[in-house]
Amino acid sequence: MEREPSFREQVNTIYRLLSVVFILCVLTGGGLILLVLKPSSSNVDIAAYEDLIEQQEVVDDNLIENGVHVRTGLVEAEGLMEVVNNCTTCHSAKLVIQNRMNTERWNATIRWMQETQNLWDLGKNQEIIVNYLVTNYPPKQKGRREILTDIEWYELTD
Amino acid sequence: MKRREFVTKATLSSFAVIIGAEIVYGEKLLKGYTPLALQDPDPFKMFNKNPEMVVLNDKPWNIEAQAHLLDDKVTPNSKMFIRNNGLVPENIDAKNWTLTIDGESVVSKKSYTLSELRSKFQQYTYQLTLECGGNGRSEFDPPAKGNQWTVGAVHCASWTGVRLRDVLEDAGIKSNAVYIGYHAIDQHLSRDPEKEPISRGCPMEKALMDETLLAFKMNGEDIPLVHGYPLRLVAGGWPASVSGKWINRISIRNKEHDGTKMTGDAYRVPCEPVAPGEKVKDEDMCIIESMPVKSIITYPRTGAMISKNKTLRIRGHAWAGELEVSKMEYSIDFGSTWKECAVEKSANRLAWQHFSADVQFPKKGYYEVWARATDSRGVSQPMLLPGWNPKGYLNNACHRIAVKVK
Repeated sequence: MEREPSFREQVNTIYRLLSVVFILCVLTGGGLILLVLKPSSSNVDIAAYEDLIEQQEVVDDNLIENGVHVRTGLVEAEGLMEVVNNCTTCHSAKLVIQNRMNTERWNATIRWMQETQNLWDLGKNQEIIVNYLVTNYPPKQKGRREILTDIEWYELTD
Repeated sequence: MKRREFVTKATLSSFAVIIGAEIVYGEKLLKGYTPLALQDPDPFKMFNKNPEMVVLNDKPWNIEAQAHLLDDKVTPNSKMFIRNNGLVPENIDAKNWTLTIDGESVVSKKSYTLSELRSKFQQYTYQLTLECGGNGRSEFDPPAKGNQWTVGAVHCASWTGVRLRDVLEDAGIKSNAVYIGYHAIDQHLSRDPEKEPISRGCPMEKALMDETLLAFKMNGEDIPLVHGYPLRLVAGGWPASVSGKWINRISIRNKEHDGTKMTGDAYRVPCEPVAPGEKVKDEDMCIIESMPVKSIITYPRTGAMISKNKTLRIRGHAWAGELEVSKMEYSIDFGSTWKECAVEKSANRLAWQHFSADVQFPKKGYYEVWARATDSRGVSQPMLLPGWNPKGYLNNACHRIAVKVK
């Protein structure tokens, strides 16, 4: 008679202990998920979150968002990776994007880079690269003088 | 950097404690993370630039101002354009820096430390206009190759240093001297140590001018790294590429200097005018010397809306390479009529000159205020683009701002 309640008590104690451990686990796990998904709980967490995001960027060099190759800003189209791999090692893609040339002048520019800037032989990739450039970044007709565009109007008070 | 590394490590190790295991590739993540931060720094913080400056290129760094940023009479560092052909050098040792004068036409090759330059020669301070030869390139049609500068690749800072002439004469100039060529420590984009990113120069006549300086101060302080610390050649009124940065050697040549970007089509325009898009052989291209007459409206910023019957105060700067600006005009009717306005004398030769005007508008509506400078030889800025050239240099077409009267 004396043993039974004692055994029950033991079971209850173990049950309570297990419940506490279980709740703690749920809280820790949930907290961890919250920390990753909703990092606004403290400043340190924000920094940790930012670092996680930045680390992801390292891993995903070739992320494409809204049709743009995020790392270089080049538009996604046939020949993109040939351009990224051959044209952005020495100089920024910004130099490519701001220049507008036809096939003949791009080929001449590639030749100039090979003669003076240590650019390697592009082989079959040259045609793919030049096609990408003339298709996606064609020259724009400007005439002798363009009209003023993109004016940000503001009240001048003084 | 250090804070972030700590946070990252702390984050990783705290995860490890919770999970009870080392994070596989955790170390790899850290290694991958650090170089990214170095590759992609904030140029505005790194170079101490105004956040409204426009980055054209980040490898190499090329950054320009907007017209309204250039309103100061003497341009502060924060609003000065950055032009690089190669990589900005790191770890400069100014204490052990030497400048060597050599070349076919030097009497005796000589080297100077910076303190020798400072103590041996008299120092001078001049305000000097430096404009990139390709300023305004973005407007050419057909487009020209290179950084697409709009209007902001020009500045006029105050430079302090010794006269190049005094140093060259100290080493001795042979009578057959024709040109000087500079050499600097910046690295080629390909990191090939055999290649110089740029090595330009100027004829002896320009090298021996009073205002041609070997400068070690800009606006009263050490020259910022990106603008040539610790020693920069400054030759106002000529394409800014003549004003070499991080200079450690100047060669007195017995012929036109043939360094990188002196030959071919670099910093050259057709000797005889050509039609837009025409091919020009290298031998028909001539080196740019003095820059042409030009002006810029720095106040107000384009897009100003004012009420009717209000006078609009405009101001800006004008410059003319080796020459002086003798007349300044503005038009509010697309050049149908021009009004002359006041233009100040320059602080010294080769400094830009300041102009201002009170502009009145006859009725409500959309206007453009156009500015036009005329140099001491009677040559004015064109309203349309000047002669097309393969590399898109020397666009000195009139600057204009948009104004609405309500």
